[in-house]
Amino acid sequence: MLGIINYGMGNLASVQNALNYLQIPNRMVELPVDIRLCDRVILPGVGAFGEAMHKIASSGFKEELQEFALVRQRPLLGICLGMQLLLESSVEYGNFTGLGFVGGSVRHLSDKIYDLSIPHIGWNDVSSANNLRLMKDIPVPDRSFYFVHSYYCTVTERSTATGQVCYGFEFDVMFEAGNIYGVQFHPEKSQKSGLALLRNFGTL
Amino acid sequence: MLKTRLIPVLYIKNGLIVRSEDFSYHQNIGNVINEASRYNEWDVDELVYIDISREKQYDMRRDDHKIKSTNTIDQIIKDISIVCFMPLTFGGGIRSIEDVDVRIQNGADKITLNTGAFDNPDLIRTVAHKYGAQCVVISVDYRLVDGKPIVYTEFGQKNTRTSVFDWIKECERIGAGEIFLNAIDRDGKAMGYDIETIGNAVEASRLPVIGCGGAGEMYDFVELAKLTKVSAIAAGNMFHFTERSYPRSKQILKKEGINVR
Repeated sequence: MLGIINYGMGNLASVQNALNYLQIPNRMVELPVDIRLCDRVILPGVGAFGEAMHKIASSGFKEELQEFALVRQRPLLGICLGMQLLLESSVEYGNFTGLGFVGGSVRHLSDKIYDLSIPHIGWNDVSSANNLRLMKDIPVPDRSFYFVHSYYCTVTERSTATGQVCYGFEFDVMFEAGNIYGVQFHPEKSQKSGLALLRNFGTL
Repeated sequence: MLKTRLIPVLYIKNGLIVRSEDFSYHQNIGNVINEASRYNEWDVDELVYIDISREKQYDMRRDDHKIKSTNTIDQIIKDISIVCFMPLTFGGGIRSIEDVDVRIQNGADKITLNTGAFDNPDLIRTVAHKYGAQCVVISVDYRLVDGKPIVYTEFGQKNTRTSVFDWIKECERIGAGEIFLNAIDRDGKAMGYDIETIGNAVEASRLPVIGCGGAGEMYDFVELAKLTKVSAIAAGNMFHFTERSYPRSKQILKKEGINVR
């Protein structure tokens, strides 16, 4: 059973619609203890980092996610803000500490971009390593995904930073750190390639 | 780098997809959900739905299409989002934050504001604050008056006497995320895009601009992409009537060196 963490932010229906379409058994996880019923988990996210971390910490999701991903080492995928939350810190509307499962930080795109619109919205090509588990059966020319974000990740351990995109400059949009995965784009909105990536995660 | 998007625009009138001409003549094309799955098979970049029903009743003609009856826009959005895994934009008749809530909760990624934003610009701020600027697409319908593009609201009926470029700058200042620019004079006329106005609209702000109105053949897309810095090219009627028009357009754009998916 794949669990979709619902910590009270954003519209999770599109992630669930995609999993249903792929016939991957899934459930919304509203209570932190219900993570224990899942063998893999998606941490989605729309909204601001600080508020999301506050909700994850105050609701008890933080401890259950630590147990699930760090102790039991089950597959965990963060999508968009969910990816950023897995890193150590963010400067979105203040200085915030993340879950810190993967080394890295989150900064605003305007630190590096001066002449392009922000947010970074639209389809962009992801350049990635060859033997990625999430990119299995997605041919290189099809590795174009849908992005909507204003903050970007920098992953510390370069061998785990497995995908980059170029928008004004090159930055990290994927990591695979053991059982912990993150993608900055929205696979649930990225047509066939996005569905293939979700299927890969669902069958790890 | 970011791709130029090619976006089919579907007009919904009373639950049916219609072809539009000059914003006044509408010909029925088919059922909303069936059309959505067809576009899904074409692997489109994004879909924009504009609801132009005036009486807000939805008859999905269940007998013709053998799918369950759908009576409300929220059910239509829900049904579409179950089969479509691309960004979905819904617009038409949105006047309040509650109208936006219903659309987002049922699966819309973005909404378009037109008359609702012009009559009440604060709505732009309210929606952007709640859902983020990326969610707010301002739909700008215009006609050329003495050679100058002027914003029209109320289904293109009301001349606001406001310059398109001033309105775009104002929308950017208040917090909009994207501009959907539609030339009423060219609606359904297949005479090509209004390159000059679209090009100037792109320069007017940093907001991404979606150009619409007038596409008659696939090379119209190429021309718009080559001569302006539009973020997206939109068309309605053409995709309904030209066989495999979407995938073929993508191939032509690619061949012409445009960065598309």
